[in-house]
Amino acid sequence: MRLTTIILVLAGIAVAAFFLGRQRSVAVVGGTRQVRKLHSLPGYYGYYAAIWSVLPAFIVLAIWITFADQFIVSNVVNDLPLPYQTMPQSELNLVVNDIRNLAAGNIASAEPAPEIEAAVERYLELRVVSNWIVSLLCLAVSLAGFVIAFFRISPKQRARNKVEKLVRVGLIIASSIAVLTTVGIVASVLFEAIRFFQQVPVTEFLFGLTWSPQTAIRADQVGSSGAFGAVPLFVGTILISFIAMCVAAPIGLLIAIYLAEYATKRIRKTAKPILEVLAGIPTVVYGYFAAITVAPLIRELGNRIGLEVASESALTAGLVMGVMIIPFVSSLSDDVINSVPQSLRDGSYGLGATKSETIKRVILPAALPGIVSALLLAVSRAIGETMIVVMAAGLSANLTVNPLEAVTTVTVQIVTLLVGDQEFDSAKTLAAFGLGLTLLLVTLVLNVVALQVVRKYREEYD
Amino acid sequence: MSAQDRSVVGSSVVNRTPAETRKIVEAGLRKRNNAERRFHSYGMLGVIVGIAFLFYFFATIINDGTSAFVQTHVKLPVSFDADVIDPKGTNDPQVWAKANYAKLIKNSLSELFPDVKKRKEKKTLRQMVSAGAPFALADMVAADPSLIGETVEIWLPTDDEVDMFNKGKIDRSVPEKRRRVKDNQIVWIDQLNEQGRLQKQFNTTFFTAGDSRDPEMAGILGAMKGSFFMLLVTIVIAFPLGVAAAIYLEEFAPRNRWIDLLEVNINNLAAVPSIIYGLLGLSVFINFMNLPRSAPLVGGLVLALMTLPIIIIAGRSAIRAVPPSIREAALGLGASDVQTVFHHVLPLAMPGLMTGAIIGMARALGETAPLLMIGMVAFIVEIPGTPFDPATALPVQIYLWADSPERAFVERTAAAIIVLLFFLLVMNGLAVWLRQRYERRW
Repeated sequence: MRLTTIILVLAGIAVAAFFLGRQRSVAVVGGTRQVRKLHSLPGYYGYYAAIWSVLPAFIVLAIWITFADQFIVSNVVNDLPLPYQTMPQSELNLVVNDIRNLAAGNIASAEPAPEIEAAVERYLELRVVSNWIVSLLCLAVSLAGFVIAFFRISPKQRARNKVEKLVRVGLIIASSIAVLTTVGIVASVLFEAIRFFQQVPVTEFLFGLTWSPQTAIRADQVGSSGAFGAVPLFVGTILISFIAMCVAAPIGLLIAIYLAEYATKRIRKTAKPILEVLAGIPTVVYGYFAAITVAPLIRELGNRIGLEVASESALTAGLVMGVMIIPFVSSLSDDVINSVPQSLRDGSYGLGATKSETIKRVILPAALPGIVSALLLAVSRAIGETMIVVMAAGLSANLTVNPLEAVTTVTVQIVTLLVGDQEFDSAKTLAAFGLGLTLLLVTLVLNVVALQVVRKYREEYD
Repeated sequence: MSAQDRSVVGSSVVNRTPAETRKIVEAGLRKRNNAERRFHSYGMLGVIVGIAFLFYFFATIINDGTSAFVQTHVKLPVSFDADVIDPKGTNDPQVWAKANYAKLIKNSLSELFPDVKKRKEKKTLRQMVSAGAPFALADMVAADPSLIGETVEIWLPTDDEVDMFNKGKIDRSVPEKRRRVKDNQIVWIDQLNEQGRLQKQFNTTFFTAGDSRDPEMAGILGAMKGSFFMLLVTIVIAFPLGVAAAIYLEEFAPRNRWIDLLEVNINNLAAVPSIIYGLLGLSVFINFMNLPRSAPLVGGLVLALMTLPIIIIAGRSAIRAVPPSIREAALGLGASDVQTVFHHVLPLAMPGLMTGAIIGMARALGETAPLLMIGMVAFIVEIPGTPFDPATALPVQIYLWADSPERAFVERTAAAIIVLLFFLLVMNGLAVWLRQRYERRW
């Protein structure tokens, strides 16, 4: 039986168990008129029966899914003739892969030897057996669970409390997924990064000036060692983010000030959603725009005033990224400016200050911590942004701060290192995780600092 | 501001008569008012720049993309010659399917242009019709075998370069070596146009085909289905989990350090760059759990983890917006706290929860970077039938096409962007509508 069939059958059993359990609860007290003698509403007995009939079976199924394949493979490997038994682990893995591929009907790396063919057959055979075992086991566990629950139903049984307790457990599990995600992110990035730093020293990674991750296949080829000095990437990332902030910070702030202080209600109501559309545009669309429209434009402009502009200049990526971040800066700062109490403005106007003087001398200083934190969040956005730079910035790691030249960034390198086939023990692939760890740490620190700035320097007015 | 007008605002007026003070203030007034006006217009300029950019952006993309919704077709008198399709007279559909339909097109073209004799010229002539045209003929025969032996006028798609030329995107004044359409091809195109045999027709291929190396045969259906399966997986996983987490955190969680930590954690997850989620997907789902590469299933899982914080944060504020009086009333009538939440709070918070979910989905639909990590950038012609088949997603397709050198892919990229933006617009519109229609102010 296939997995989906098992799940469907279990779902069917659950539905049946619900109705049977409900019916039984009514029956044990002697008909619908006596229902008030039950501890809980009849539906809860139904849920109770349904949960008992499905949950244990699902646990069995989950265990099977996790371990069955390993078990089968180890069985198959044990049956292989002696030369295979003495193989080193990595070669054995290749053989196992071949067996799996052949079993799935794909083409293996080489014409299979007879013993491999036998192993494939054995693998398929075992899989069928294991499928049958688990199907029957699930069915048996499910029915047993149902029978237990069914006969436990009695007027005094506290079905509602039990079901509700389970619901709460479910809710807790759901909220801990977020923690699991964090753990997963940190663990996956950290482990691979540690493996990377075992091959390449941290100091070389952080302070090295050349980046050429293409390691050659044979040791005697040119550039076989590869160079993993990430400084050019860091400089490129900072350069592009800096250009982006040069666009986004002033425009975003001006928009926020205008919308919060000057605009009439009507203008605010129309302009705000329009600007927020900018935030909803997917980054790949900005990337297309940067690569196809803005890049030629800037090169043309550069040529006209006699400047040599690379076709994938940092300026292009930075400008477009800046536009992407404008709504981010403006909506965050807008909130901050709006939260400055009106009494401060009134006090300033009362002393005869004009509106702009009030804004510059009173409101902005009062809102400064919030604005700084908004800008920090925007920087962290810019650093982590991927698609625009993948499409519009270059691939070559130039150590330069000239915005007209092509630079590459951390995110671009992660993408180029990981797209396509990978082998998971080469420094080249692992380097992506080293970069990922750096990126994760930097964005995390920026976010924490942004929060701290608000928390520490915020003035309490009311 | 200069030092002088600071003294106006800030200095004490102890030694001055009111008249003197007024004089000083009035002297600086014009300057201050000018500064005020300037500042006001800077603000306005900011807004105008933002909005202008948005319009420029949309104008460019619509301008680039709309032409891809039509495709130049050429009307050819194709004779379904039985000698070519089924020379042995087997009447076997499999033989028909494998027949040399390219030859039919060749025959038809030499009929139309009897003057073209040289082999090389014939080849350039043949290249004007799409490489996919023979397949279209094969499909026609499979659908209607009675065509064999008949001669029919059929509209067939042209090659992408001819299409580009016909749409005016290739300049005929450029020297021949620097354009992809040859001089003699231009002559033939003009001839065909005169005979009314060239026409721009609605580009159905674009909506019904998978990816292809030939722009005129490439479509977005595969990518759209990939995106659809991905969003399906995402919503099935992220919505229940997100809502459950939001309920727990708002209604049941005790106030202690663990829960504070959990909240900080969720807020931080929302700020993690999306590419990091790709790294997570690659090392956990693909390398550790051995799930298939390039499958919408894995993409959906990654996007689910990514949208989860968004849904939780939006869900919490929706649940918080339900006034405590509702809870108190339910509890007062003897409902348990779980019953209160599931029977009363949750239905009232549902519009807000749905809005959050739709906004999360809209973000997931536009997300590209994590999908690159988990192998969804492959060139996949087949249209996926299940979430386990290899597929790309709409934004990834845009990325792939934007990288393609063929000119015709530029307009197709822009057209795919229009489709993507359309879906995003629909989703966001739905969210706004839900909010306005169902959200109650208490």
